[in-house]
Amino acid sequence: MRIRMIEITVGAFMLAGILALAFLAIRVSGVNLDRSDDVYRVTAVFDDVAGLRVRAKVSMSGVTLGRVSAIEIDTEFGEALVTMELNSSAGEISNDAGAQILTEGILGARYVGLVPGGSDEPFVDGDVIDSSNTQGALVIEKLVGDLVTRLGA
Amino acid sequence: MIRYLRLLGQSALGFLESLGRASMMWGLAIWGLPKRGDFSILVKQIYHIGVLSLVIIGLSAFSIGAVIALQFYTQLFRFGAQDTVGLGLALVLLRELGPVVTALLFAGRAGSAITAEISLMKTTDQLAAMEMMGIDPLQRVVAPRLWAGLLCLPMLTAVFNVVAIWGGSIVAVDWLGADRESYWALMKDGVLLWDDLVLGMTKSVVFAIVVTWIAVFQGYNSEPTAEGIGLATTRTVVVSSVAVLALDFLMTLVMYGDFQ
Amino acid sequence: MDLIEIDNLFFRRGERVIFDGLSMRIPKGRITAIMGPSGTGKTTLLRIIGGQLKPDSGSVKVDGVDVCSLSRKGLFELRRRMGMLFQSSALFTDLSVFENVAFPLRLHTDIDDDVIRDLSLMKLNAVGLRGARDLMPSQLSGGMARRVALARAIALDPDLLMYDEPFTGQDPIAMGVVLSLIKSLNDALGTTSVLVSHDIHETISIADQIFVISDGQVIGSGTPAELQQHNSERIRQFMNGLPDGPVPFHYPADDLRFDLLGGDA
Repeated sequence: MRIRMIEITVGAFMLAGILALAFLAIRVSGVNLDRSDDVYRVTAVFDDVAGLRVRAKVSMSGVTLGRVSAIEIDTEFGEALVTMELNSSAGEISNDAGAQILTEGILGARYVGLVPGGSDEPFVDGDVIDSSNTQGALVIEKLVGDLVTRLGA
Repeated sequence: MIRYLRLLGQSALGFLESLGRASMMWGLAIWGLPKRGDFSILVKQIYHIGVLSLVIIGLSAFSIGAVIALQFYTQLFRFGAQDTVGLGLALVLLRELGPVVTALLFAGRAGSAITAEISLMKTTDQLAAMEMMGIDPLQRVVAPRLWAGLLCLPMLTAVFNVVAIWGGSIVAVDWLGADRESYWALMKDGVLLWDDLVLGMTKSVVFAIVVTWIAVFQGYNSEPTAEGIGLATTRTVVVSSVAVLALDFLMTLVMYGDFQ
Repeated sequence: MDLIEIDNLFFRRGERVIFDGLSMRIPKGRITAIMGPSGTGKTTLLRIIGGQLKPDSGSVKVDGVDVCSLSRKGLFELRRRMGMLFQSSALFTDLSVFENVAFPLRLHTDIDDDVIRDLSLMKLNAVGLRGARDLMPSQLSGGMARRVALARAIALDPDLLMYDEPFTGQDPIAMGVVLSLIKSLNDALGTTSVLVSHDIHETISIADQIFVISDGQVIGSGTPAELQQHNSERIRQFMNGLPDGPVPFHYPADDLRFDLLGGDA
């Protein structure tokens, strides 16, 4: 009888552990089980990406569309290449959209904001947003520096 | 001078020897289970090691979650960012506090019990009696405890994290009035499966291996006297706590060290 | 025919020499006692025979097999044919009396639970404790615990039974019970019994052959009657229980007068 009690509580314990793991995966880290992770890549060229990190979010009008998957430097032009993985399930985005580096709140994390475009053609895997259509990070030190120069003149 | 050199050499050799013996024991015990896999001894050990640790783990988790939420809330409120309490709490728990605190509690609660039990069996000749019956105590006594520890600590860590996040929500949302939706939604948005949950649980598995290994080894190699049992039990708690803290630092460096 | 052959055995524990070229032959089917003052390594000898300790040199053969050169696995195989009664009884404290006796059967045989039950109860019956089957070891007296341990030791019908100080710490009645059990088990099962003790009277009454060891060597052997008439003074001192003689009462020390007058502490 005692042995049975032990077996039952052990079973309950293991179940609790597995449920806890499932809870952490689904409720806390937001794994969506029913979505096939279908993504496509779009690369944006920026003149300055200071503060942006891999895995930062990519959003448009406040809706998260995907994440930054890689940040590289194009040594030839001295520009930053930001590769983004966008979820197909978020819908089609016109291929002349622009990109900006934005900040959450005043001190928050940097993320990429997409600016809606007007084209009828959607982005496809491998598309590039060139630097004429992007706006890099606003670096406070640079702004202050500019301001001081201007005031001095 | 020569004397100190000799002393250094002796302690290094002693350390290597016990490391070697511990590794051999580990190997023999880990391969030992499947043969004659008496499932019921494993179940009994999981009960002793896991289920009986649940109360202390749950209590600590709840109060730690509540206290961190309280501290975060009062600080973040000044920036109007009190809704990110859940996110901050979850990150701190999944990455560091959950695995580390659970492992420390586990060493104190279950590790010391494992050591005391095995060294008492040794003192009363029970292990020798088993050997003389042609039954390997590594298989019969050590292996089930190793496996049970390996299984229980990650489970307890998951339970710890959930209870602490829940405790945090009670303080931040139900008591202080942060927005319930934001508490959970921001958490879901900011916490990553791989970086936070999987790496955190990886830490927990490493701690499980180290703590149960130390506990079992200290018991098996204790001096067979009343004093020896006490010494071995203390050593389990001290050595495994230090090992957990040191390993946590190293793993954090490796896992999260690339600060671009 | 000898079951155990020990040749030129050397064993050292730290700086202390325990066995210094010990040799003996233990015959099959008889009760052999190994006697000697405490601290002469009698228990150590049993552990070497069982392969729990490795000698520094020399050979120990059980039924023709060299114990020291056996692999871990071979050693465990060999031990299934041995039973050992520990001085502390060494019952498994988390198992009931019945489960203690059934333990070796469960782990070493594939027989059904029903048969294991019958066998275990028979062994318990042999030591007179069938009625105590549901007790836990902590509820037993010292004498009962030793009888349970004996039932466990004979569970697999071993060829060799080793008793480590079976009479120590027992009241006279329990001692009588253990004595008659050892005798009757030996006769009934045809087991070879090796018994380590320093209780002279009890040992004399059941042993067929006695080895007296001191200072790491056999200093005399023979039947109990032969030893009591032995011409060596050391053996007569031991066999008759005289406090002082060739085996000194004092642990080796400096002269008492010198010590008291404050040599070096």
